[in-house]
Amino acid sequence: MKKKYVIIGNSAAGIGGVTGIRKEDKAGSILLISNEKYHTYSRPLISYWLQGKVTRENMSYRDDRFYEDNQCETRLGVAVTNIDANQKQLILDNGETVEYEKLLISTGSVPFVPPIKGQKEAQNCFTFTTMKAAEGIKAILNDQSRVVILGAGLIGLKAAEAMINQCKSLHVIDLADKILPSILDLETAEYVKTYLEEKGMVFHLQTQIDKIEDQKTFLSDDAILDYDILVLAVGTRPATSLAEKAELKTARGIVTDTQQLTSKADIYAAGDCTMSYDMSAEMDKNMAILPNAYMQGEVAGLNMAGKATIFEKAFPINSLGLLGMHIFTAGDLNGECKSVTDGDDIKKFYFKENYLKGFVLIGDFVRPGIYANLIRQQTDCSTIDMETMMKTPQLAAFSHNERFKKLSAAH
Amino acid sequence: MKRVYVNEEWCLGCHLCEYECAFANSGETNIVKAFKRDRKPIPRLHVEDAENGIHFAVSCRQCEVPYCVLGCITGALSKDEKGIIHIDENKCIGCRTCMLMCPYGALTINNNKTVTKCELCTNNNQEPACVQNCPNNAIVFEERE
Amino acid sequence: MGINLLYPKYEVIRNFDRCIECRVCERQCANEVHSYDPELKRMVADESKCVDCQRCVALCPTRALKIVETDNTFKKNVNWKQQTIEEVYRQAESGGVLLSSMGNPQEYPVYWDKMLINASQVTNPSIDPLREPMETKVFLGKKPKNIELDEAGNVKTILEPQIELELPIMFSAMSYGSISENAHKALARAATKMGTCYNTGEGGLNKELYQYGEHTIVQVASGRFGVHPDYLMAGKAIEIKMGQGAKPGIGGHLPGRKIGEKVSQTRMIPQGSDAISPAPHHDIYSIEDLRQLIFSLKEATNYSKPVIVKIAAVHNVAAIASGIARSGADIIAIDGFRGGTGAAPTRIRDNVGIPIELALAAVDQRLREEKIRNDISIVVGGSIRSASDVVKAIALGADACYIGTAALLAIGCHLCRKCQTGKCNWGIATQREDLVKRLNPDIATKRLENLLTAWNHEIQEMMGGMGINSIEALKGNRLMLRGIGLSAKELEILQIKHAGE
Repeated sequence: MKKKYVIIGNSAAGIGGVTGIRKEDKAGSILLISNEKYHTYSRPLISYWLQGKVTRENMSYRDDRFYEDNQCETRLGVAVTNIDANQKQLILDNGETVEYEKLLISTGSVPFVPPIKGQKEAQNCFTFTTMKAAEGIKAILNDQSRVVILGAGLIGLKAAEAMINQCKSLHVIDLADKILPSILDLETAEYVKTYLEEKGMVFHLQTQIDKIEDQKTFLSDDAILDYDILVLAVGTRPATSLAEKAELKTARGIVTDTQQLTSKADIYAAGDCTMSYDMSAEMDKNMAILPNAYMQGEVAGLNMAGKATIFEKAFPINSLGLLGMHIFTAGDLNGECKSVTDGDDIKKFYFKENYLKGFVLIGDFVRPGIYANLIRQQTDCSTIDMETMMKTPQLAAFSHNERFKKLSAAH
Repeated sequence: MKRVYVNEEWCLGCHLCEYECAFANSGETNIVKAFKRDRKPIPRLHVEDAENGIHFAVSCRQCEVPYCVLGCITGALSKDEKGIIHIDENKCIGCRTCMLMCPYGALTINNNKTVTKCELCTNNNQEPACVQNCPNNAIVFEERE
Repeated sequence: MGINLLYPKYEVIRNFDRCIECRVCERQCANEVHSYDPELKRMVADESKCVDCQRCVALCPTRALKIVETDNTFKKNVNWKQQTIEEVYRQAESGGVLLSSMGNPQEYPVYWDKMLINASQVTNPSIDPLREPMETKVFLGKKPKNIELDEAGNVKTILEPQIELELPIMFSAMSYGSISENAHKALARAATKMGTCYNTGEGGLNKELYQYGEHTIVQVASGRFGVHPDYLMAGKAIEIKMGQGAKPGIGGHLPGRKIGEKVSQTRMIPQGSDAISPAPHHDIYSIEDLRQLIFSLKEATNYSKPVIVKIAAVHNVAAIASGIARSGADIIAIDGFRGGTGAAPTRIRDNVGIPIELALAAVDQRLREEKIRNDISIVVGGSIRSASDVVKAIALGADACYIGTAALLAIGCHLCRKCQTGKCNWGIATQREDLVKRLNPDIATKRLENLLTAWNHEIQEMMGGMGINSIEALKGNRLMLRGIGLSAKELEILQIKHAGE
């Protein structure tokens, strides 16, 4: 079978790819392949589904007619076993061969399963990045369940949030000295931990699981926790095995340029599986951030269809709610920190000279996007009224001319 | 495409646009009743009152490159053929990623805890209520290309 | 000191069933009457500060407010009215001259309302203005005694400069300082669009408005504020202000609080201190002096602009007008005692001067008797309130009318008569930036254009009804008017018959 465009992956980056291609090329054939059998769904919503906050139908990332409206053929529930970059063809696990003109790898990330003694034989042990995992947990979750979660990062805590009001006990274990180690500093992490503890979660920090046996976890601090459900959420890794097999350059993810092109011609990559340039920390890294994944996907699609486009404004950006507490983080948290007190809420800004590099907001804040845009546009904060801006995000902190461009000039 | 644009020199900071917006989008037919409810209707645009007597209203710019749509994790935000950006309240789970993406701070939380923003009164069968009720032509609905 | 004898004149009535605490009234009242009380969780109002400008009433989205005159009254006394008593209290407290704004509100006869207009029926058919041409164009200026033509049929006689108006209504003098920059912009633009003129008043002319010069009358008043050669050349005509209907015998008065940087620059005076124009022009002490000034101005502008002399309507107005007509002026403007003002001493505003209707009739009659009526055009003002007033004025002999108060009403004024405080909530009679902002010239210009369009159409309808199709034929046509409820003397002065005759 020959297709003009082939996309591996059915989540944000892959869907972005379809949209990007169709913006420029309404006719060229598209085939989308995914090893999950479902219509594209929003991966972060699996915790909301487990919590009972969304229905399975409402989890669709795009409506039912998406593939049809975009003339996109699909192979769902089929895995790609091999990419032959020289022959420009793929081999699927159902035996099919697909020839392509342009290929987009948007395989996302895979959960990292740590090598713990007894893990392979452990019963009721789940990772938490797919619908299948969530369905597995839901099948056995009840109000007598004792839940143990390894990993106090974004995935681990969202899983905890989903289950805390449906189980008997819930423990969270992490080797780091703070929860949410990738996005918070010590002080703010402590603040969030206290809040979650008041909601019933029990934390074991600077601890790891040495051994799993008979549905018990043996911790490094000598505690032993019985479990009915064990979730391993210590982190994800970019899914680069196919790319490596095809001898594409990889480092902390598939290496791409600002047009999302990999080291081989006509092969693009986008989303969690790539390594990209974090413009706030000024370094390459793997950023598993859904908005960036989608934007990279669209850019890849446009380039594949022949419209030269670049994406070079990626930086980490996270908005999450945890049992009523709202956390906004963005960018890089190394830099001169300015804290602004706002009642019980937390507001921390990180600067490098006159440039805002990152921030953490915890509380019911409005209009945080104005801060994020300071990072994105690399605004020289000495040209605006930064004092007022830090008190409340506002366009009034900009000069009159800037405001004219934003609100009054042709958009 | 027609958008709501600001004529900053004429804004008096009276906030009538906010009240009329909230009313127009409240689903009520009587403005007094709408505001006497326990949960008052929420405006979809925001008037900033700055120093030196400067005031202006900020509403969704219906961007050509809509960061909110690109970042939405559920697909609740979408752009229609006319270029207007809509929120499907049934799909929104209130994660607020869009609020963090919008450079104008044009999105806000409504009474259902989902996110809301100006949709140019397309769901109200009228020209934008804010523009119609501004006493001083400080916001207008026009094409500026 | 002691007891405050002055009870608030107005009551702020708020319908709490309708109030949604949107606080627009609080934000929009320059007198700080309204505020939100977070403890009581509702709006409260301090009526002692209310001036009944109706801003809050107009803006309230649920019509929850109304302002009423208090019914707290002193004992009824036809001689010692409550108002009169309160004025004594105020003077006992302050020791100062009472100041008021806008025109005389007291009970004197309004002669416009005692004259009726004719209509044609059987013998002289009326004209339909929507189907027949109607000429409302007017030329103001000195008309020649006779016209001489050359062989080719072209006019040989040298004509004095004229002001060409598309309709017989102009905006009267309102100075920059008494009203805001935005109000002036609107008047200038509307005058230009409608083919008429507006008047700078004694505040000088803003540089940005020089572009509307062809439709501007520049005023030279006793204080000579803002008068310099470019200013004189900028306008279409020059008006020497000898007097003003609201305050005959005294000069203009701009309170210091209304003089900021821009007003100071335009008027060429210092900021913050009261600008009081002297009562007389100190270089005009006789009619010969007036003639000298008129010709100095004509020299300075190369005889290219008509010169208007504006006087207040006072007792010997006919004799004064006659002198002015012979002094070289091209146009005479008469301002009746109902004329508006930014600020004037109350006693002078309410007691000095005579009605414009009588003054106009007297002047027109005298000039005709002396056979010099064509040497000068007559413009009248001082409470022209409607198109019917305009028609009556022209029938009494005017060439055109000045409107002041009516123009301000068109752009939002509610005649609360507190202009002298400088806190006009409608952005008209103020210099405070935050208040001037409220008058958007785009909106105001359109409203003024609408007003003039409407009045012009009404004038055409009334003329058509009379069987007249040009202003020329209406001018001084006293037979088109009949008095009603007027004494024999009044009819005699007006030179009109009584209805029924």
